[in-house]
Amino acid sequence: MSWDRPPAQSAGSRTDGDAERSADADVDRTPVADADVCVIGAGPAGGIVADRLADAGLEVVVLEAGPRFDPSDRHARQERAIRPAYDRPAVWDGHPERDAYESSGARHYPLNYTRAKGVGGSTLHWQGMVMRLHEDDFNSASARGVGPDWPIDYEDLRPYYAEAERELGIAGADDNPFAPPREEPHPMPAFPPSYSDSLFAEACEELEIAMHSVPNARNSERYDGRSACVGYGTCEPVCPSGAKYDATVHVERAETKGATVIDRVPVQRLAHGPDAIDAAVYAAPDGEEHRQHADAFVVACGGVETPRLLLLSESSHYPDGLANSSGTVGKFFMEHLFAGTGGILDERTRLNHVGFLTSESHQFYDDADAEYAPFKLEFLNYGGPAALEMAPPAMALEGEDWGDDLLERLRTEYGNQIGVGALVEQLPREDSYIGLDPDRTDDRGNPVPDVHWTIDDRALRTLDRANEIQERVLGELGAEITWQVGPENAGPAFHHMGTTRMSDDPAESVVGPDLRTHDLENCWIASSSVFPTGGATNPTLTIAALALKAADHVLEVL
Amino acid sequence: MELTRRDAVAALGALGVGGTLSGCVAPPGAEPLDVDRIREVLVAAAEVVYPSEVTGTATFVESFLEGRLEDPTHAAGLDEAVADLDEHAAVWFDESFAALSIEDRDRALRGIGAADADENPDGTTAERVRYYVVNDLLLALYASPAGGELVGIENPQGHAGGLDSYQRGPGA
Ligand SMILES: Cc1cc2nc3c(=O)[nH]c(=O)nc-3n(C[C@H](O)[C@H](O)[C@H](O)COP(=O)(O)OP(=O)(O)OC[C@H]3O[C@@H](n4cnc5c(N)ncnc54)[C@H](O)[C@@H]3O)c2cc1C
Ligand code: SF4
Repeated sequence: MSWDRPPAQSAGSRTDGDAERSADADVDRTPVADADVCVIGAGPAGGIVADRLADAGLEVVVLEAGPRFDPSDRHARQERAIRPAYDRPAVWDGHPERDAYESSGARHYPLNYTRAKGVGGSTLHWQGMVMRLHEDDFNSASARGVGPDWPIDYEDLRPYYAEAERELGIAGADDNPFAPPREEPHPMPAFPPSYSDSLFAEACEELEIAMHSVPNARNSERYDGRSACVGYGTCEPVCPSGAKYDATVHVERAETKGATVIDRVPVQRLAHGPDAIDAAVYAAPDGEEHRQHADAFVVACGGVETPRLLLLSESSHYPDGLANSSGTVGKFFMEHLFAGTGGILDERTRLNHVGFLTSESHQFYDDADAEYAPFKLEFLNYGGPAALEMAPPAMALEGEDWGDDLLERLRTEYGNQIGVGALVEQLPREDSYIGLDPDRTDDRGNPVPDVHWTIDDRALRTLDRANEIQERVLGELGAEITWQVGPENAGPAFHHMGTTRMSDDPAESVVGPDLRTHDLENCWIASSSVFPTGGATNPTLTIAALALKAADHVLEVL
Repeated sequence: MELTRRDAVAALGALGVGGTLSGCVAPPGAEPLDVDRIREVLVAAAEVVYPSEVTGTATFVESFLEGRLEDPTHAAGLDEAVADLDEHAAVWFDESFAALSIEDRDRALRGIGAADADENPDGTTAERVRYYVVNDLLLALYASPAGGELVGIENPQGHAGGLDSYQRGPGA
């Protein structure tokens, strides 16, 4: 597999570095004078905050480490997504030195499969399943006897959730009996269930497992000036139609309201005094460093780079890293664990027509206690965890056969797969952390992030339980089980949480419930890094809700 | 199953090449390419790598190629891979690739290493032939609805086939 970055206009050739640099020379990357707010990171968190604050009339500047991608290149990126010549990070021009990292935990952490750097952030690459956390997720200690409680409740976030659903554009239905209460409908109707969901429905009825729709951040009808989904089926890692929400929506909206977005300028450190940040020091592509001053700073670099930037910004005031009086910056790194079971039926299941899920079950979610974690079941609309690799045409491009032999193989191997996934909560632990690697630096000479990922026993037990239920469902269907992902081989769901946790107590956390750092009066964090616990729902709707809340708190102060 | 020009246009849609093919195959602003040879070699290779139950291969491949050649970088890589394949055929079989029997074309492709190689546009000769010749042809076929239908998926990845097909059962 190659890590090279062919230019998007041609999936089969190399970047001409000189051309890139000369095109770049025309772009003004100097700081914005009199900025009220500097937002660092142009993913959904940064994009939403920037949009809100620009809407309120503030002078906003967004600094983004990665490039701004040309929307007309998306088909070429789709070709890369399908062709085996390109690894996943190459779809969004990942860069081996810029994105260098270390993985020192017992389980390898494939960081560059779990993020994209550029305007849009990881939502360029994401699947787009979006749900609210359950009420008990905010009260893990009180309701389940493990982990900390959040300093806010579901009710505090509820109006922000509704707003976030409108902002992202969510297709959903009110048919999930286990979801937390809501009054308002989703902005768009849910996608109807897939054919394979109907196969699962029969088995689940026998087993008394309730199925319901998946809220999707993808247009089931035209929304917000963007097309309805047309079924390209490559949602993760690229949607050429724009039907899947990504954060370019908010970043561009913020720009139309006057915000300035500067791409390819990784922030190197945050210059500060004892109580406040003075400037974000960023590197331009020509190597020159600039200082962006502002009254307020919102760090929105995702769950790995946010703690890294704080750690890189250590000083005599904060020798262990900025905003780190508590010593918790980088600690309590959490993921959702993916468990799955799949196999073969003796009938056609017709998977892989679209690249997203239409049904899941939260039935077992609220059985969670100290012994077992919350988890949800996902009924896969594709054959296995590696959706694209297990479908034509990608299957056709690998193998030593062609002609009639290849067609016969495709007919045998494609068509009868079936699979059920699950997402499982992992508890925050101090020995699961993001640190700085002392021996390795990135293309700017900064120590790379070290992902040290460890998983608690409760999560491992729950993976087993999820596997058991999955086996029961597939058994009821009469499937022959051919693969399983469980406690031994469970991988991450690509959700980075917990590394700048939120609490009322400054001695054990980085931000308060207003998302402002305890240490610095003009620094807020918008990210899943503030989650004290992770629950078992995909995090980005909660990230968006918290970003809206953070924007309100910034406005209260400025 | 007969492949048509429309199927080729659909396959190109997966690559973002517009549906209106001009009929002009000279890539704008590029080095002069041996477009005739590219066309002949690809049509000849398609007869090997496509299943025997498809017909209309020449029309399909020629139409696909028109769109593909609009990208100068891809066109240059393709030209080079085709030249290598043709040279290989000349050395081993004393004929141009397109003039060989289907069996010998199959041997030539295997002999150059394209069957065992992983595709790579910047790789060895075998990897480039796999990328530009074998896999480009397979991608064209199996990312089109016609090729998808052969396998039982009329809306394969890369094709914008709408939201009905995923809801339909095998009988519908
Ligand atoms: C394959 C995949 C599938 C996913 N599926 C889902 C899903 O179905 N549902 C869901 O809820 N979530 C999903 N996620 C997770 C989701 O993408 C993230 O939760 C979300 O994008 C995080 O938003 P963010 O703004 O906090 O961070 P990001 O989106 O990571 O954005 C952070 C931005 O900050 C920039 N940055 C970092 N460091 C610096 C610096 N020093 N200076 C300047 N800029 C910097 C980065 O380049 C990046 O653009 C998925 C992720 C992946 C990779
Ligand atoms: S299936 Fe996915 S990739 Fe295709 S249009 Fe819909 S959202 Fe986009």
